[in-house]
Amino acid sequence: MAVTTALPRDLDAAGATPISYWRTVAWRLARDPATLVAGALLGLIVLSALLAPWLAPYDPNAGSIRLRLAPVGAPAHVLGTDEQGRDMLSRLLWGGRMTLVAVSGALGPGLPNTLISLSIVFVPRVVRVAESATVQVKSLEYIAAARASGAGVPAIVRHHLLANVLGPILVFASTQVSLSIILAAGLSFLGLGVTPPAAEWGLMLNTLRQSIYVNALVPALPGLAIFVTSMAFNLLSDGLRDAMEIRT
Amino acid sequence: MSAAPLLEVRGLRKHFPLRSGVLQRTHAWVRAVDGVSFDVYPAETLGIVGESGCGKSTLARLILRLIEPDAGSVRFAGEDVRGASADRMKRLRRDMQLVFQDPHASLNPRLTIEDAVAFSLLVHGTSRAVARERARALLGRVGLEARLYGRRYPHELSGGQRQRVNIARALVLDPRLLVLDEPASALDKSVQAQVLNLLADLKAERALTYVFISHDLNVIEYVSSRVLVMYLGEIVETGTADALAQAPKHPYTQALFASAPSLDPDRRLERPPLSGDPPNPIDPPSGCRFRTRCAFAMPRCAETPPALRAVGEAHDVACYLYEREAIVGAPTG
Repeated sequence: MAVTTALPRDLDAAGATPISYWRTVAWRLARDPATLVAGALLGLIVLSALLAPWLAPYDPNAGSIRLRLAPVGAPAHVLGTDEQGRDMLSRLLWGGRMTLVAVSGALGPGLPNTLISLSIVFVPRVVRVAESATVQVKSLEYIAAARASGAGVPAIVRHHLLANVLGPILVFASTQVSLSIILAAGLSFLGLGVTPPAAEWGLMLNTLRQSIYVNALVPALPGLAIFVTSMAFNLLSDGLRDAMEIRT
Repeated sequence: MSAAPLLEVRGLRKHFPLRSGVLQRTHAWVRAVDGVSFDVYPAETLGIVGESGCGKSTLARLILRLIEPDAGSVRFAGEDVRGASADRMKRLRRDMQLVFQDPHASLNPRLTIEDAVAFSLLVHGTSRAVARERARALLGRVGLEARLYGRRYPHELSGGQRQRVNIARALVLDPRLLVLDEPASALDKSVQAQVLNLLADLKAERALTYVFISHDLNVIEYVSSRVLVMYLGEIVETGTADALAQAPKHPYTQALFASAPSLDPDRRLERPPLSGDPPNPIDPPSGCRFRTRCAFAMPRCAETPPALRAVGEAHDVACYLYEREAIVGAPTG
């Protein structure tokens, strides 16, 4: 049909926005370098944490007294060694694993504990945000209009509620993640988290504290890791919020 | 009017509970709509007028069963709306549609207007292609060329354009009855006129029946064939638009007409005909609810509420001032 084939050109001429909401979001994200970099960095961190057992060149808990506090760039230890001569790269990779499961550090490692602690601390907050967003959207007239047109609850949730509620929830959840990373690192820095010799960024920061005058760079590494990870989460959630925003 | 009514509303009542405290105990009731009865005949426009908070919007939602009434019945084309099963209700909804007041809150910000209009059809099982085609045609009809506007989001449109989208969405299901809840109140005067004219054209084209709700008497007078005046959840007067404009009976209707702005200096008033706000619908006055603001209030007005009585052909009023007249005019004496 002539009308349909002429459509895309006319749309471009009118400067109309792309077709679906989620495609608009993706389109905006693709044009936001800061968010893309943060996302990529985060992906890299998560991936390396997941693959730590295969990526780490050494056992994170096995050290050698002879090689204590080797500087960054030392032969065989790219990122140096800590105060007990353990490979920093391996420990950072393994530590990322620990930190990313966040609050589990407070209860000790293990999957059940991780799940329990994450649920207790973060689910209520996210649920509260989800609830208030839903209540607010639910009372709007376009929901009533959808009901008036005969739509059932599933159709209304899928087409009208979710897209308007998911944005705030996602943004809030991602800020909570960066918060939880700092929280977990902070707890183990104070000795309330994992027990040595387990590798965890906060704990590493604490134990390397005394070595700061011997080798300044190596103790800074776990701090840098914490900083970069939580910044990446913050940037990502900022970018998501911007991309999902639609003026009403 | 001898034809069978399209919509019959009988004794409709909705009281909203006001809850407070930890136990959410009900401590008061808002009497939003209190025993309202009227008929709407095919192809007419029934105007419903009243101040803010008199229950007009609640009434609209009750008619469409977006909220459940406490008592009373609504029949559409002879069919009981209140008792309809879910299946039956879904089919009934095709025949009765609502246009909302707020053009900003009534469109999903994350749907293009084409999708917003097509959605209603998809709900009723129309194929995506057909739904889209019909949505585009209807958008064109309300003055939003689909090629230019169809893929836009509501925030890219003006208030008047959004209200056109709302009208298209309501019409896409080919309803017989359109309830318009202050469809033009949020718009500029010039845009308001465009939307009202569009509604008039659509009504003629599609043989629609309108229930037109507004607080603006000028608008009501312009669009309606028959008018129903509401005060605090009750009907105080009904009649043809002409009869009401020429000889309003109820003191409240008189005050409403007197307070409508006029370009004629002779019709201008020195002081406002109505003072103060309407009483709180949580605890309305006893007897006639208007008596606290009425210049003609008598002792008996506080006792029992006056019933609607005929004062002319198809002209009813609920006021004791016209009781004698009504008895004279009534067939049985």
